Amino acid sequence: MDLAFSDSDRAFRDEVRAFIRDNLPDDIRDKVENDLHLEKDDYVRWQRALAARGWLAPNWPVEFGGPGWTLTQRYIFQDELGAAPTPRIIPFGVSMVGPVIYTFGSDEQKRRYLPRILASEDFWCQGYSEPGAGSDLASLKTRAVRDGDHYVVNGGKTWTTMAHWADMMFCLVRTDPDVKPQEGISFLLIDMRSPGITIRPIVTIDGGAEINEVFFDDVRVPCTNLVGDEGKGWTYAKFLLGHERFGIAGVARSKRQLAGVKEIARAEAGDDGGPLIDDPAFRAKLAEVEIELTALEYTELRFLASEEAGRAPGPEASILKIRGTEIQQAITELVLEAVAYYANPFVPEALAAGWNEAPIGPPYAAAAAPIYFNWRKASIYGGSNEIQKNIIAKMVLGL
Amino acid sequence: MDFSLTTEQQLLKDSVERFVEEDYDFRTRREIAASDEGFRRENWARFAELGWLGAALPESCGGSGGGPVETMVIMEAFGRGLVTEPYLSSVVLGGGLVARHGSAAQREAVLPALVEGETMLAFAYAEPRSRYDLAHVATRAAREDGGYRLDGRKAVVFGAASADRIVVSARTAGGERDGAGITLFLVDATAPGLARRDYRTVDGLRASEVMLDGVRVAADAVLGEPDGALPVIEEAIDHGIAAVAAEAVGAMQVLNDTTNEYLKTRRQFGRPIGDFQVLKHRMVDMLTRYEEARSMCCMVTLKLGETPAERAKAASAAKVQIGRSGRFIGQQAVQLHGGIGITDELHVGHYFKRLTMIDTLFGNVDHHLRRFASLAC
Repeated sequence: MDLAFSDSDRAFRDEVRAFIRDNLPDDIRDKVENDLHLEKDDYVRWQRALAARGWLAPNWPVEFGGPGWTLTQRYIFQDELGAAPTPRIIPFGVSMVGPVIYTFGSDEQKRRYLPRILASEDFWCQGYSEPGAGSDLASLKTRAVRDGDHYVVNGGKTWTTMAHWADMMFCLVRTDPDVKPQEGISFLLIDMRSPGITIRPIVTIDGGAEINEVFFDDVRVPCTNLVGDEGKGWTYAKFLLGHERFGIAGVARSKRQLAGVKEIARAEAGDDGGPLIDDPAFRAKLAEVEIELTALEYTELRFLASEEAGRAPGPEASILKIRGTEIQQAITELVLEAVAYYANPFVPEALAAGWNEAPIGPPYAAAAAPIYFNWRKASIYGGSNEIQKNIIAKMVLGL
Repeated sequence: MDFSLTTEQQLLKDSVERFVEEDYDFRTRREIAASDEGFRRENWARFAELGWLGAALPESCGGSGGGPVETMVIMEAFGRGLVTEPYLSSVVLGGGLVARHGSAAQREAVLPALVEGETMLAFAYAEPRSRYDLAHVATRAAREDGGYRLDGRKAVVFGAASADRIVVSARTAGGERDGAGITLFLVDATAPGLARRDYRTVDGLRASEVMLDGVRVAADAVLGEPDGALPVIEEAIDHGIAAVAAEAVGAMQVLNDTTNEYLKTRRQFGRPIGDFQVLKHRMVDMLTRYEEARSMCCMVTLKLGETPAERAKAASAAKVQIGRSGRFIGQQAVQLHGGIGITDELHVGHYFKRLTMIDTLFGNVDHHLRRFASLAC
């Protein structure tokens, strides 16, 4: 066993770090550091900077524009992105529909969509969940009926992150209602400007509106937008879920956030007048979360090493999702506790860049409650943690 | 051993619950919370008419002569409806302080008007750097011209914007964190030199930063003994803890009932999700935490009249329980509702937010663990 990365891996890490330092725009850095809202343009600018270096899609094969990295390099890259105040890469194009298209799509689809994903010219969203199909996604009902050269789509999707920004949606639709549910699902690419599409924002309990309902009313989609074969949509969706494992643990980002909590705790007064970080109870909580994060970090490294040694990656990724999200949520709890009663003021304006008024209480307090509330979603989305445990139980433990 | 309510208390409970059920549904609550003032004056007038404002205040001041149990009954029902009307700050904190420690003149001037819904109060004790240390008072009260001059800043004062009078803790002697040397003052909200920065809170209420810049008060504005206010403040906060414990229990019960119902009606994988043992057990855990919270709420309510040390221990124990139960029930109610639990549209998230903020009031779990330990060990 050897914890050291190779010389070339270390050099690679330095290269990535330098790139981020030199190419992350200051205004974006500032927003991420201060938990301010990011606009679509912020995400696009950063993604284009990465793409210019050929680094936007580290998981893609070289033939489609990937940089040809080893698994370790991909890990290092994600680690550095998380450790610096960079915006998350929007996963829908690069990590989700892109791999499905280059693996199962037609030549025309590859030619048409892949470069536009890399150039961040098409912004994608994911049409999966429905009001009646959450954990039981296979029971989805949005219907696509063949009519000449088109599918006619009717129904609705919910929890569609960033649909209001999207140019395209990859959508799971039911093309055959008469077979077993999983076998009647198809993977359809839908232009969000199509007539018949209505987008309704869903306000979340923190006051944000990143998610939406999307309604389809006789939306005509060209048949050439079907990916692969009819009835194979569920297979492609499962492929997609198993495909992107780097980043779900979010270790580097959590480390950065934990460092942020410590800074807050140094600035906050504790009950005894000294800094909160000297309060034994708070300090013990910090230590606990940091230890849990270390366990997650090394678990991810072991899985990585195992995969690099040729052992097929398995459903252990679910462990990373469960623990990763639990730790993220624990960190939001620490921030909430740190700011005490200054979590109460509701100042949504303070969470947008360019707000110039004096904060109510310390400047970092305004985001504490909204972020805590918003992050309750992490144990629900991407397959709830309960579902993740079912997957592990079945696939790893045979239960 | 008796945990039952008297006939009058049961009638009070029924009438507050009826108000919440008939006139304070979630949609109404949403409208009220979004309004300018954040509560309805008509409701406050109705509370006065129904005798709720004076329910725990002495008969000599126009109240009904009830006590902590009456407060508990009212606050629990309010918690069920996420009622925003500032009963806690005005009646429990402000009114309680004046009733227990006001001079005859102060009681006469404030309490009948409070009971009648004509005067509202607030209690300004916390400061920007004080955290949960009630003795940490930097706001100064200097003797001047036979009265006092107040200078300083108070943090997150609930109900300050609608208050006619504010009870303010300020230091008349000693160092910033000394237990001795703190005095309470009954200050007119319109006093020159008193400024506010008003804001909404994340759970739909109203609070303010209160700045005192050369606020002059007469000597008879002192509430209770000069320099000796700390035990009075602690007592008021412990009463506040008992009240929010009841409010939290009401909110927890709504979340549990809602979640329980959802588990029975939401179908996935061809069956109600409540069929899954993991969720059954989770719901049982929610029930258990709720029962414990209710028990601790009863306990602290019954112990408010004990010695200060016993009362403080009871309040700290209850606050720890409420914080833990509230967090668990709030988080799990959201989790078990899945995606819709995160939406603003559904009431679940709003109850979750209120329970979360209750933990930040009057000392969080860590603070009260420490206080309990220092009293108990």
